[in-house]
Amino acid sequence: MIYRLPLTGIVSITHRMTGVVLAMGLIIYVASFFVILQGNDSYLQLQSILDYTIVRIGVWFFVYALFFHLCHGIRHLIWDVGTGFDKDDMDRNAMIELVFSFVLTLIFY
Amino acid sequence: MVEFALPKNSKLTKGKEFPAPENATNLKRVEVYRWNPDTGENPRIDIFQIDLDNCGPMVLDAVLKIKNEIDTTLAFRRSCREGVCGSCAMNVNGKNTLVCTKAIEDYEGTIKIFPLPHLDVIKDLVADMTNFFAQYASIKPWIETQTPPPADSERLQSKEERKKLDGLYECVLCACCSTSCPSYWWNSDKYLGPATLLQASRWLEDSRDENTGERLDELEDPYKLYRCHTIMSCTDTCPKGLNPAKAIADIKKMLAIRQQG
Repeated sequence: MIYRLPLTGIVSITHRMTGVVLAMGLIIYVASFFVILQGNDSYLQLQSILDYTIVRIGVWFFVYALFFHLCHGIRHLIWDVGTGFDKDDMDRNAMIELVFSFVLTLIFY
Repeated sequence: MVEFALPKNSKLTKGKEFPAPENATNLKRVEVYRWNPDTGENPRIDIFQIDLDNCGPMVLDAVLKIKNEIDTTLAFRRSCREGVCGSCAMNVNGKNTLVCTKAIEDYEGTIKIFPLPHLDVIKDLVADMTNFFAQYASIKPWIETQTPPPADSERLQSKEERKKLDGLYECVLCACCSTSCPSYWWNSDKYLGPATLLQASRWLEDSRDENTGERLDELEDPYKLYRCHTIMSCTDTCPKGLNPAKAIADIKKMLAIRQQG
């Protein structure tokens, strides 16, 4: 691709990708409930799977995706009202989104 | 539709490298996309060394210098050389712009010039604008009225009414915005794109136009208007400093308000 997307464009495609991550993640999340319902043994098994570093990173990625998707969703709501289109504020607002999604993830932690 | 890989006949190859002129000290490396439909060869990137001490200040000056002094086979569009005709829109270092209003010194290092993205290439830097202009015509970019004009004057506008057209009427239809839009890349057959929608907004806002309702009916379509996902590339790239994303949001708002009754 020869086009260099502006920050707003990168944030926009990230919004879509996090949406996909959330949809897939939700399936795994619900599946984990079914696993827990199988009883004590499967609960402990799930616990040990969750202890793997790679799985933990995955979970945190899911949490970040959730908050990022939320932040950009709020920005979409503001856009839908018809404000927030000033050219000079574009990158600043995108940065606010990114910072807030990180902060929310940290607060969640 | 979405294509993630370039078709075989679009893969770029290395082109000619033209030597720097002798005794030139202030050189700028310029890479230009070249494609000739008659040779059957893949597109290539030619490399030029421009002597800035002997060249005008704008990117267009460099392109003209190539055409006039180095390689006369280079094809591109240009006319007014001052940003009002909209002919010389190109992709320079990853962003669309009118090369006549963009200074060479705004770019550090190599300048890479490509035709506008996601349009068929006719030759070199000349892109096929047929679909773009057909879409523009489809929104009826002229005044439509039902009442007869006043007998002894033109249809007048107050200063406030005229002011609503500021930021809309300045568009020169260079297609920088539409061809910067990922939504337009994937769906240019059905989505009108930012340039056409900005013009649609221009006629919706015009106090003298009496077909607002029908214009809105035409636009109320999942593809024509609502493929805009506020990616903002259009506003980011517009060489005239306009805000197509805002114009599209205003149309969406007009439709939402109309639905409320």
